[in-house]
Amino acid sequence: MTAVAADAWYRVPWPVRRVVVPAIAVALIVLYPKYVADLPTQFPEMSTAVAMCVFIVMALGLNVVVGYAGLLDLGYVAFYAAGAYIAGWFATLQFAPHVVQLWPVTVPSTLPGVHVNVWILMLLVGAAFAALLGIIIGLPTLRLRGDYLAIVTLGFGEIIPQAVNNGDNWFGHNVTNGPNGLTPIDQLGFGTTLHNTFSFLPANYRQEFDVNNYYYWTGLFLIAITLFCCIRLRDSRLGRAWVAIREDEIAAAAMGIPLMRTKTLAYAIGAFFGGMAGCFFAIYKSSTFPQDFTLNISIFVLCMVILGGMGNVWGVMLGGAVLAYLNYQGLNSIGKTFNDTFGTSVSVPTYSFGIFGAVIVIMMLVRPQGLIPSKRRRAEFAAAEEGLDVGRAVMEE
Amino acid sequence: MSGGNGETPDAILEARGVRKEFGGLVATNDIDFVVPRGGIVSLIGPNGAGKTTFFNMLTGAYLPTAGEVRFDGREIAGLPAHTITELGIGRTFQNIRLFQTMSSIENVLVGMHCRMKGGIFGSILRTPRVRREERQAHERAKELLRYCGLHQRVDEEYAMNLSYGDQRRLEVARALGTDPKLLLLDEPTAGMNPQESSEFTAFVSRLREERDISVLMIEHDMKVVMGVSDRVTVLDRGEKIAEGSPAEIQSNERVIEAYLGSGAAGQAGTAP
Repeated sequence: MTAVAADAWYRVPWPVRRVVVPAIAVALIVLYPKYVADLPTQFPEMSTAVAMCVFIVMALGLNVVVGYAGLLDLGYVAFYAAGAYIAGWFATLQFAPHVVQLWPVTVPSTLPGVHVNVWILMLLVGAAFAALLGIIIGLPTLRLRGDYLAIVTLGFGEIIPQAVNNGDNWFGHNVTNGPNGLTPIDQLGFGTTLHNTFSFLPANYRQEFDVNNYYYWTGLFLIAITLFCCIRLRDSRLGRAWVAIREDEIAAAAMGIPLMRTKTLAYAIGAFFGGMAGCFFAIYKSSTFPQDFTLNISIFVLCMVILGGMGNVWGVMLGGAVLAYLNYQGLNSIGKTFNDTFGTSVSVPTYSFGIFGAVIVIMMLVRPQGLIPSKRRRAEFAAAEEGLDVGRAVMEE
Repeated sequence: MSGGNGETPDAILEARGVRKEFGGLVATNDIDFVVPRGGIVSLIGPNGAGKTTFFNMLTGAYLPTAGEVRFDGREIAGLPAHTITELGIGRTFQNIRLFQTMSSIENVLVGMHCRMKGGIFGSILRTPRVRREERQAHERAKELLRYCGLHQRVDEEYAMNLSYGDQRRLEVARALGTDPKLLLLDEPTAGMNPQESSEFTAFVSRLREERDISVLMIEHDMKVVMGVSDRVTVLDRGEKIAEGSPAEIQSNERVIEAYLGSGAAGQAGTAP
């Protein structure tokens, strides 16, 4: 069925396929806040849409690690936490009474604590800190392969939140404020100067009536950056090296690819986007708590990658959007529709993990390659279905 | 064939007393071995003689228990595989190890990885330098594919979809992508028919003449070995039992004994 659909799609003339359809899709997505009020309530609300953006960025980042380089990472939440705590440290009252302000855009000039420009924090510092953490975690662990790597990353995914949870007393210093978290975090905004020149740029998102819309558009901007980087990297020298490592480490090394360096780069780049997403989400929620960073998030993001189709950015984005939607709103609204129709009173969201588990199991049985698999995965699965071990197919002739 | 069995002072690869033990098992016992610059050397021996173990020590997969390996005047034993490739040793694998879901061109481009420079930022921004490098790399990859006898129509085909012969050719093209001074071929003609084998023999000679590449190969097909090598080394049970020109090896009693069993040597001598 999908093959038929794909065929029909490729018969569409290319100007329509490559320009008109994408342009319409982008317009529909960007203008979503303008018509969401007229849609049925099952459609994502703006707050759900922001969460979807966050998880799409994370899924794209994890896709670099898992989909491109084939490194199973079960501790991705560590980088999400890293980004969030960068926002928590450098845009809150945490370090009051010290006053440090670096080009803050939405903060009164007398506010104590460290206040760095939130854009710089989100796009550079949070992401770069997560990438650095990725390198630090990656260097010792990426020598391991497959399941062993998965277990060690799982460990790091647990260590980071625990460390943060106990961070209210690191050798006598209150670094993370422990379970009480860090709040409030400075809000995104463009500052009064830019606002006065371009009135459509709000000085401070939180002062706007439709604050969620601005966060949504910012989220789309982050997705665009991430998507652009992912596609460019996929088609580069580095992207080829990742595929080679995923296929055959020994052959890759024999062809001159430095394994550790290349894997660590994948890990760091994945972490970079995870940190960016974490920082953005913390700013949006204006808070960050250790409880936000559980193993569930790592698994959840991994499910998005697998469900959507490892290695394919479009599939991964779809997977991220669908699962984030279901988690934040979909299950609730589906449950409500269900109860209204049948007169029952089932609390569907309480079964969310059972439902996600069932979805994954069904996907693995029916379509293990994911919703929109990459060309390479498709070829692999096609060969596997013919009962041939891809690597040795020819030797058996 | 030039060369002969004399010691060549200008060696591209020189192994001295290379020894590898796995637990108590001695896989290769203090082997001395030389590949002269511009030479084509074959390594032969019965199964389990230690040929592949020796190969793996040259390419960085194993660390020798003792001994030293010098390539182009530099000690390479114990260096990581990718560094050895960068220094100029390219290799193919006995059981084809292509990147199955990469196209022919991509496979060769992976081989060219260490000769390219494009980094993260250059790749994301696609700077003119990176773009030029990619374009030149694609051209060179195509040139190498043609050189190794792969037709243009398989350029974009995944390696897994190529015919067996083409997969063998692609392995060589990929190894040439690393721009080697010395090419290690591990049973390159395994599974080829006589026609293909003799074409391959001619191809190896051309490699030396046109590309100035020295060749070291493990090979079982004696027709290929005798046809192309200017020097043959024979291993048996981890020991080097003979070394010399193809003609010398053919008449060496210890070699015949190793291949056919003791007693066969005498009979071979009297055979018509």
